[in-house]
Amino acid sequence: MKKILLSTFIIISFVLYSIIHNKPANILPSNPSVGGSMMNNNMPQGSMMTYKDGVYTGDSADAYYGIVQVKAIITGGKISDIVFLQVPSDLGHTNEVTQYATPILKQEAIQVQSTHVDIVSGATDTSQAFIQSLSSALKQAQI
Amino acid sequence: MKKTWLQMGMPITLEIVDKNSSENDFLLVKSYFSYIDKTFSTYKKNSEISKINSGKLNKENYSSDMKKIFKIAEETKKITDGYFDIRKNSFLDPSGIVKGWAIYNASKILKKRGFKNFYIDIGGDIEVVGKNNSKKWKIGIRNPFNRGENIKILSLSNNGVATSGTSIRGQHIYNPHQPESTIKDVISLTVIGPNIYEADRFATAAFAMGKSGINFIEKFEGFEGYMIDSNGIATFTSNFGKFVD
Repeated sequence: MKKILLSTFIIISFVLYSIIHNKPANILPSNPSVGGSMMNNNMPQGSMMTYKDGVYTGDSADAYYGIVQVKAIITGGKISDIVFLQVPSDLGHTNEVTQYATPILKQEAIQVQSTHVDIVSGATDTSQAFIQSLSSALKQAQI
Repeated sequence: MKKTWLQMGMPITLEIVDKNSSENDFLLVKSYFSYIDKTFSTYKKNSEISKINSGKLNKENYSSDMKKIFKIAEETKKITDGYFDIRKNSFLDPSGIVKGWAIYNASKILKKRGFKNFYIDIGGDIEVVGKNNSKKWKIGIRNPFNRGENIKILSLSNNGVATSGTSIRGQHIYNPHQPESTIKDVISLTVIGPNIYEADRFATAAFAMGKSGINFIEKFEGFEGYMIDSNGIATFTSNFGKFVD
């Protein structure tokens, strides 16, 4: 699960980088004769991603349970290393929460409904506790 | 026939739509809940659970229903990573699981007697069976900010619905992972499940998880949830819409 998240953030960071630098995010097999300066013409046909050599810092990404930021090192047009600059600080908690990490769920503002209903579901009124407490208080008050 | 009465410290409503119901059927359900109260009420000094809590009963003398409840509590604790826990410090309180389980058992009693269309509601935890004169049962989710209003209408048949939440008298859900904290942010969590026994235990556990509780419900096939936060914003599971009227 962690690996999937890691890969996702790497991809997100690269996409963000590409958008910021006005270059297309090249994630499909591409024709090396098209595209100009970003392509390394020595790359074999059908390679998935080709990049300019260098060290690139991705944007900070909000991973719901913390901030993730990576730095990618490109050598020979390929990713040679990835360095974590920021990780969610409490890794134990991270493990616990990633169990429940899901696609973002839909939200809405609650709205009063006027339709007739047969039954209502709401949180219980613990009236028993009230009765208990009141009767013990009244016991003390007895003459 | 429909009756409402007070028992186990809560309002109970039983409505049987089938034509052949009688007083006896209602009495049967009442006496079952009386037994449940006598066994599991932590407010009764001489209940079995109170005797266990005061050290007056040994494990080998536990009733078979008590053993069953403890077993269910242990299983639920595992599935929910400890968020469902009947042990509060050194005190055992299984009420978070007994209510739904008792309603479910009562519904089985009525089904055995041949009834196919009825509902049982104990303080907002509901088991609906069959239909209400050929129409699915219409259930409102109470507005946690205004008791007189509903903020969602559900259309259900053969399901259980439970709502965990804070009451105006204060927080009554206990988070076993942070015993000192009170549950903030989430005001109300409604869970729909295949029956009230399942819905109840998951609603209790998920509520204790705070805002990630709704993600926990999302994980489970056959369960849908509707969570309301302190700002009046609801978050709901992917297939919750199929239960909305």
